[in-house]
Amino acid sequence: MEPRSGRWFPTINPATEEQLSEVSEALKADVDRAVTAAASAQESWGRLKPSRRARYIFRISRLLQERSRELAVVESLDGGKPIKESRDVDIPLAAAHFFYYAGWADKLEWAFPNRRPRPVGVCGQVIPWNFPLLMLAWKIAPALAAGNTVVLKPAETTPLSALLFAEICQQADLPPGVVNIITGAGKTGSLLVSHPDVKKVAFTGSTEVGKLIQKAVAGTGKHLSLELGGKAANIVFDDAPLDQAVEGIINGIFFNQGHVCCAGSRLLVQESVAELLLAKLRDRVDTLRVGDPLDKNTDVGAINSRAQLEKIQGLVESGLEEGAEIYQPPCELPAKGFWFRPTIFTNVSQSHRIAREEIFGPVLSVLTFRTPAEAVEKANNTPYGLSAGVWTEKGSRILWMTERLRAGVVWANTYNRFDPTSPFGGYKESGFGREGGLHGLLPYLGLN
Amino acid sequence: MATAPSLLHLGSLMGGVRSVDQVAVEERAASLGKRSIKKASKVWALELAIRMMDLTTLEGADTPGKVAALCGKAIRPDPTDHSVPSVAAVCLYPSLIAQAVQHLRGTTVKVASVATSFPSGQTFTTVKVTETREAVAAGADEIDMVIDRGAFLSGGYQKVYDEIVRIKEACGSAHLKVILETGELGSYDNVRRASILAMAAGADFIKTSTGKIQPAATPAVTLVMMEAVRDFHRETGRNVGLKAAGGIRTAKQAVQYLVLLYETLGPDWMTPNRFRLGASSLLNDVLMQLAREKTGAYQSAD
Amino acid sequence: MAPRLDVRKTYKLFVNGEFVRSESGRAYRPVAGVNVPRASRKDLRDAVRAARTAFDGWAGRTATNRGQILYRAAEMLDGRRLQFIQELGGGKPAGREVDAAVEALVWYAGWTDKLAQVAGTVNPVAGPYFNFTIPEPTGVVGVVATETPALLGLVRGIAPALAGGNVVVALASESRPLPALTLAEVLATSDFPPGVVNVLTGQRKELLPWLGAHMDVNAIDAAGCTAEELAAAQEAAAGNVKRVVAHRNGELSPSAITDLMEMKTVWHPIGT
Repeated sequence: MEPRSGRWFPTINPATEEQLSEVSEALKADVDRAVTAAASAQESWGRLKPSRRARYIFRISRLLQERSRELAVVESLDGGKPIKESRDVDIPLAAAHFFYYAGWADKLEWAFPNRRPRPVGVCGQVIPWNFPLLMLAWKIAPALAAGNTVVLKPAETTPLSALLFAEICQQADLPPGVVNIITGAGKTGSLLVSHPDVKKVAFTGSTEVGKLIQKAVAGTGKHLSLELGGKAANIVFDDAPLDQAVEGIINGIFFNQGHVCCAGSRLLVQESVAELLLAKLRDRVDTLRVGDPLDKNTDVGAINSRAQLEKIQGLVESGLEEGAEIYQPPCELPAKGFWFRPTIFTNVSQSHRIAREEIFGPVLSVLTFRTPAEAVEKANNTPYGLSAGVWTEKGSRILWMTERLRAGVVWANTYNRFDPTSPFGGYKESGFGREGGLHGLLPYLGLN
Repeated sequence: MATAPSLLHLGSLMGGVRSVDQVAVEERAASLGKRSIKKASKVWALELAIRMMDLTTLEGADTPGKVAALCGKAIRPDPTDHSVPSVAAVCLYPSLIAQAVQHLRGTTVKVASVATSFPSGQTFTTVKVTETREAVAAGADEIDMVIDRGAFLSGGYQKVYDEIVRIKEACGSAHLKVILETGELGSYDNVRRASILAMAAGADFIKTSTGKIQPAATPAVTLVMMEAVRDFHRETGRNVGLKAAGGIRTAKQAVQYLVLLYETLGPDWMTPNRFRLGASSLLNDVLMQLAREKTGAYQSAD
Repeated sequence: MAPRLDVRKTYKLFVNGEFVRSESGRAYRPVAGVNVPRASRKDLRDAVRAARTAFDGWAGRTATNRGQILYRAAEMLDGRRLQFIQELGGGKPAGREVDAAVEALVWYAGWTDKLAQVAGTVNPVAGPYFNFTIPEPTGVVGVVATETPALLGLVRGIAPALAGGNVVVALASESRPLPALTLAEVLATSDFPPGVVNVLTGQRKELLPWLGAHMDVNAIDAAGCTAEELAAAQEAAAGNVKRVVAHRNGELSPSAITDLMEMKTVWHPIGT
């Protein structure tokens, strides 16, 4: 529907800088309208026979599968990510997420015996631009399964798949008001999370904004879950299966142009194998195809926005200024659009900005270590704690490392794997609450 | 030529043969299998696949007549289209070498012979050496030997190594392809270990399979061998070729192997001197797809 | 014969396994005739530092060992039942409170080696990976005890935090601090390594902002906070995204433990 604000903003294709469409900007009146709709639907949705709630969510999952091709193209057009990834990762995982949580809707009493689970109420959800539909699924699926209604705001640079999702909710005959999508930027998000009728706030995005939201909801009694930034260590020991580790490093940092909160942006490599590993890594980076997101062979697509590109450029500048050595493959970049070459920094020390700050781009910082204890110390030397990778053939060492890494997800001999059954979320300044799995229901339920 | 009789000179290379993560290598191979090939590249790739092909017949019922037909096809795969190149070699049993040599004289097509008591390799080393010598004397340009899997699986690496060294000597100027028979090795770790061992012992090519055992060549196992070839080159500077054989029946599969090759070993390996596809029925499908690309119409399988 | 001249107790803070006066030298008198140390922000800082240092060791103890130490605390508390009843003002309500505190320690002691089995999961992901989720302690937990019940409120705060493997800096009831300082003596004789649990007395108004804003505190159990204090703590907590929980209904619940824990998910491929 038309915004009461009467205001619209453009969304562009970051690979061409061409405008894709105009999207309405929801301001106070529109946020009110959406939250009121959700609040009115809450009572009946929360009391609906759980098996009927399940059926609606199953329907959504099936519709996502049926319209997966269209959604994948929209996701790549609007966000710049390679079609290979939107086709094989984003959309299938989003559908799987709804399918998984649909089944929980009528089994909550078995999930939490003796705990009398009940919905928390209207959920205000704000999601980022890196995995628009997938993050929507992570937010909406468990919320609906738990019997809540939602108002969700997609990121201002990637609103289109969420709007298609609204259409899918209609196609599924979901009762009006159960899912509401509002579009806009930070101001819209702020209005949503501070709306008095929103009982639960869920946010995925930067730690900076997460802290603002935590402050904004302080003292309101609202439930809160945050999935924030990261600066994950991907740790390679000298006995690792090196060629697979190289693939894991590549996937860890260049998947989705590095616009991934759990990206393995710090490579910690054991000194005894560093030279060999880096040689292999450089060779592999040379084979990456950077370019048109809609080309099925593209490995690295467009940077999501000009602002993000400038942020990446700024941090890479700082890396050079602080004395790190840069390696970039000699690939050609398209003339228009927002692009950044896959980048590897060596000679990085822990004090460099590129080793401390989340770059959220295709930029890897390489550090070395000598012993497992040193690897743990360096890996944990960050305010973040979202994820980590460990590559070694020694089982006991994997478990030893896993015990000590302060991170919510540890990928051992793999990286960047996701599944609806697998809880995801961070320690420390990477946030609290988990998404996915049984634990992903907790933020959306009251328990005795 | 590496003919040292011991493993000692391998030092860290042998002692530190790395393991291979099964799940990751299979995922990588599968993801490369999804590459889409543009039309212009497709014709080039299909013709390259033909030029890399070892057209094979390894049946007890092979006769001089069948060999004659095979050689004809090897020289001119598509009688209606002279632009289609010859295959790299024909591959057959030693008793048929002489016939093949006769048919292929004056052409670019090489004669490759299996040897060393193919496919099991379960006989005396002296017999294997003699068979190899005779095959070369009969005119074989290339020898496809099998390793002693029994020895390998029981830890007798030295025995496997020594035998390859002796067969290599027996080959003289003929090229030696060493068949690992990956389907019997049980793990990617063993495939990698056997690859390094064979290369160190002097193999000119390492080859996946005899075609008599399932599974034969798979993209993942071939990828593991390509990675070993790459590492061996990095460590020693020696270029070793690679042959995927068995179970490759469609043009689509063949092109997937070329993608794997390109992405792993790069343009230097995109030549029949460094890569071969061993197959008996692949050629027909490649020709059909080539005609489809050139004419725009799907072809009949007949 | 002259009447017995009793040896009075000097109440002290419990920091890093030692009984210390406030570094500020200050005291206050919530109870007639008794000087109670008034902890300063520096005492708080020292307590957090001691707790952080103790964290790896305590978190690394086996679950059963942590359970035995908590149970030992219940034994020690029960053994000094009369003393606590006296400090709580005597009478049946005081007796019930001490009994409930003992019960809480025993109950949470029993959870240590069961929690992972109840709160952890093995996750059947769609692929060749073994995937499991286990609870882990979040780190340094600030416990703000209720004003009343002064003993039970404190025990209900520290027991679940310690059971989960966290280390604790507790702010005792401001108006009734004596049971907390005596509880510290119980804890001191229960085999907790130094720094695992620290007890501060003093003015909440003075200490809470420092606790809420401390960058090396991972979570706050704000059960004892007023609504305004809770809001302030939550706002300050945003500085390092610490979690703030407030279990106010007083029920014993595994949520009291898991709310102070992180869930760690581990993936590993399954192959040969």
